[in-house]
Amino acid sequence: MTLETQVEGTEIGAGPAVGDFIALMKPRVMSLVVFTALVGMMAAPGGLHPVLGFIALLCITIGAGASGALNMWYDADIDRHMARTAARPIPRGLVTAGEALTFGTVLSVTSVLTLGVLINWTAGALLALTIAFYIFVYTMWLKRRTPQNIVIGGAAGAFPPMIGWAAVTGGVSIEGIVLFLIIFMWTPPHFWALALYRCRDYERVGVPMLPVVAGPDETRRQIVIYSLLLVPVAISPYFIGLGGLAYLVTSSVLGAIFLWLAVRVYRVREGRAADKVAKQLFAFSIFYLFALFAALLGENIAERLIAWGVFGGLTA
Amino acid sequence: MTGRNDSKMTKAQIEAERVKRQRLRSIAIAVGLGVLVVLFYAATIVHLGGNALNRPL
Repeated sequence: MTLETQVEGTEIGAGPAVGDFIALMKPRVMSLVVFTALVGMMAAPGGLHPVLGFIALLCITIGAGASGALNMWYDADIDRHMARTAARPIPRGLVTAGEALTFGTVLSVTSVLTLGVLINWTAGALLALTIAFYIFVYTMWLKRRTPQNIVIGGAAGAFPPMIGWAAVTGGVSIEGIVLFLIIFMWTPPHFWALALYRCRDYERVGVPMLPVVAGPDETRRQIVIYSLLLVPVAISPYFIGLGGLAYLVTSSVLGAIFLWLAVRVYRVREGRAADKVAKQLFAFSIFYLFALFAALLGENIAERLIAWGVFGGLTA
Repeated sequence: MTGRNDSKMTKAQIEAERVKRQRLRSIAIAVGLGVLVVLFYAATIVHLGGNALNRPL
């Protein structure tokens, strides 16, 4: 055996690096989870000691990362055939599937138990439900069977603000459910915009995403329908007292842009221009969700500062 | 990231890289466990609050 052949696959030979395990946790997805969970915590009535708030946020983050690792373990066979996922640690041979399974399982159990013991068991149970839903319902059951995969599976990504809310209040209320619904309704147009220009990837690995099964035109129609449902849901926090005037303006303006982009995706159907508008909608949808929750957070922080007399002190 | 271009590495270099990565993984696990201990300690103190010192001797 020559040295050349011996050293092939040395990335496995040298073992996984710490960074490879971090990559397993889908850091970009985690950042959205952290942010939405934080907003859920801040928007909830009552208060949580900052140390406990930090612990709750950390547990939710680790739980989300754990489900990302378990998802990569289960989907390793199809990930290696898709351009978007081929560079993930398992397809590249940096981490074995077994290592990812162990890593994800240990983190799942640890995060749920820590959240339950140190904060409250409602939040702990919701985190367990989120991880279980993402792995068993979305990844294992729906993803490879139905084009409704991301519609139902989207619930997993919608739970974090509700968990944050439950961490503070110890329960679930209409406000937490509205925050859940915003992300739930946002997920289909967000992912279908991506699927429109990644259609061939999903087709190759047999994942029945809507553009693969029903065609791009039906996908465009569904994007418009879900966008029409999303925008009023996203504005509704104002009407239940969760958001203020700034939130109303932000959600209305951004909602109008979202709808405009969705209609453009519906109308522009040919060539590179079609891919371009789909990419625009995908990119804007991420900004949209961040901006909605940032508006809620900003208002909440401003209210707290006013309550503490910070602005009064400045003007006095 | 270190070791990503190891198709041209010698066996000795690979072994050195393996030991280095194993050490870093061990440190990461130790840090993780240490953080968990600190979190449980801090949360216990917060839950006890001022009452921890307010008890008959």
